Amino acid sequence: MLCIHNGNIIDGKRKDFYQGDILIDKGKIVEISCNNLCYKAEKIIDAKNLWVMPGFIDVHCHLREPGFEYKEDIASGTRSAAAGGFTSIACMPNTKPTIDNAAMVNFIKMKAAQEGKVKVYPIGAITKGREGKELTEMKELLEAGVIALSDDGDPVSDSRIMRLALEYAGQWGLPLISHCEDKSLAKDGVMNEGIISTMLGLKGIPSAAEEIMVARDVILAGTTGAPLHIAHVSTKGSVEIIRKAKSMGIKVTCETAPHYFSADEKWVDGYDTNAKVNPPLRTEEDVEAIKKGLQDGTIDIIATDHAPHHRDEKEIEYPLAASGISGFETAFALCYTNLVTENVISLVELVNKMSTIPARIFKIHGGTLEVGKAADIAIVNLKEEYTIDVQGFYSKGKNNPFHGKKVKGKVVYTIVQGKVVYDDGKII
Amino acid sequence: MTLSKKDFLGLRNINCHEINEILETAKLMKYTLVKNNKKTSYLQGKTIVTLFYENSTRTRLSFELASKYMSASVANVSASSSSVAKGESLMDTGRTIERMGVDVIIIRHPLSGAAHLLARNVNVSVINAGDGMNEHPTQALLDMFTMCEKKGGIQGLQVAIIGDILHSRVARSNIWGLTTMGAKVRVAGPSTLMPPGLEDIGVQVFSNVEDAIRDADVVMALRLQKERQESSLLPSIREYSKVYGLNKERIALARKDVLIMHPGPINRGVELTSHIADCVNSTINEQVTNGVAVRMALLYLITRRRQNSNALYS
Repeated sequence: MLCIHNGNIIDGKRKDFYQGDILIDKGKIVEISCNNLCYKAEKIIDAKNLWVMPGFIDVHCHLREPGFEYKEDIASGTRSAAAGGFTSIACMPNTKPTIDNAAMVNFIKMKAAQEGKVKVYPIGAITKGREGKELTEMKELLEAGVIALSDDGDPVSDSRIMRLALEYAGQWGLPLISHCEDKSLAKDGVMNEGIISTMLGLKGIPSAAEEIMVARDVILAGTTGAPLHIAHVSTKGSVEIIRKAKSMGIKVTCETAPHYFSADEKWVDGYDTNAKVNPPLRTEEDVEAIKKGLQDGTIDIIATDHAPHHRDEKEIEYPLAASGISGFETAFALCYTNLVTENVISLVELVNKMSTIPARIFKIHGGTLEVGKAADIAIVNLKEEYTIDVQGFYSKGKNNPFHGKKVKGKVVYTIVQGKVVYDDGKII
Repeated sequence: MTLSKKDFLGLRNINCHEINEILETAKLMKYTLVKNNKKTSYLQGKTIVTLFYENSTRTRLSFELASKYMSASVANVSASSSSVAKGESLMDTGRTIERMGVDVIIIRHPLSGAAHLLARNVNVSVINAGDGMNEHPTQALLDMFTMCEKKGGIQGLQVAIIGDILHSRVARSNIWGLTTMGAKVRVAGPSTLMPPGLEDIGVQVFSNVEDAIRDADVVMALRLQKERQESSLLPSIREYSKVYGLNKERIALARKDVLIMHPGPINRGVELTSHIADCVNSTINEQVTNGVAVRMALLYLITRRRQNSNALYS
């Protein structure tokens, strides 16, 4: 038995925290108590002055396997996730081949079971080959174990196909995750359209490219009644559209990523390809609107959009560089530093957005610390201030614009199914 | 006399002292250009490579002759006829060139920021000869040199830049340089070719070309690329020249002694009529001469800097 002793526990159910011990046996939590439970355990984690919370659940990441193992694979990606305090992650289907059939889903699950450090839930494609033309065999994908469907990286541009996909997947309550981007409007843009794109002479992507699709998709979700989740919300306008949709009773949820409230378009200056991401880093005003959206609950959850790339795809001309940020290992610190210490949301609310609510939306096990449930736990040190160093990443992708930045809040232990997989800087 | 940085990538982050330094030096260089014997020894023993990923006649030739008039060895690399065509990355190409004893690499590239990428990855000096839509700083220097020559200075001049501002590296470099030197910059052009936020960097934006030209000291027309019509940014070249083209009537709104400038190559009958291109106020041909002078000045100053820093290593 393992005892987490004397930590500040946020259990994902109560609105406050309490000090106590958590006893774990055979992968499950067997007792939570304000009394000392160490005498029952062979192994003890001293969590004094540390914070014990349900392991984070990321519903938007790219593990790149199969097809792009030079960027990341399930082994390295799940290690990176573990180092970031994540115990369950959902990987996007833009692999090669695409995860658009049951065999591919089974392959991911098998690989994850063999080599993974955390629980991996595949996301299936909405359309075959993510080409936006024909629906995938959604029921079979669901039975194989997908938690959602998405053509992430690309939108479903054809509105009729999107509507049919919502209707069809909606029969079983299977959520669609929409990458909202009007491709014709984004065209060959490589950063947010605005003063910085003007100054750098880079082609801009207007906010409208995202917002038009957000509007379309919430309208379709409203008419079909199907569950819709909007990926990586980055603009003020998107937040406003989703807020309005929710007030109308439409079944829509959404996520943002840490970089959309931790950085803005100015980070691209100097042609920093690590700040190239899709959707692009927006303006200060958008950053404020994202924070507001997190605060009032319009933005339900935070997902990383962990998108590792090889350095050869980043150390090139800015317009040619791949889009994406390797984000598992900086997610919690950025959230804690930029949201909690800035009083945007409380620590408990952060845990909800990184664990409890994603578990609920996508019907994933976890998100709370309860007796009888799987022991998926993150233990963090909120006092520790440190400088982000990408060279220490477990991810193969070192592409992260926060390298060299000072942050607060370090993941110290990650426990998956009762097993310590990350212990103070080391993957076990 | 020297420049503070290893590279010369743009006018955005250059102060007025350095611009003045280059323009003053260019004045001296222009004397040698008009002399019977143009050979000087300022760059003797220096090696300069032009690395061009885009077609260019005047800029490349201008840099090449500037180097030769100062006795540098100069070699040209074109993307189409080198290992670039075999898929070599810009960084690898740059590092290869660097290892051949080169002092300065002059790069022209279709993508914004390419010169910056190269500069970060080599130890030799890099001069930006145009990167995508970002900057073409030596063009702006020669434009400013021409204004200085004709107007006695730049401070307080009203300069109207007309045309496709969105895609123009010439416009960006001129905006940075001219505002730094105390000129007032106005722009006009189709709203589909106007980038956002120009007011925030001190530029006056006019929707009407006549208003932009009125009482201007300098009117600069930008080259209009034919592709703009194909990608629907413009209904037609015909309408463009009708609404934004410089003609006698429009130029009459400017000051009598207005300078008419164009970075070249010109599309006669599109950005400006032949009458305007060839009139006495036009400096288009003079700009070309001045281009050699400012490039000589820049090469002179940047290699002097290298000399000093090399001395530190030895």
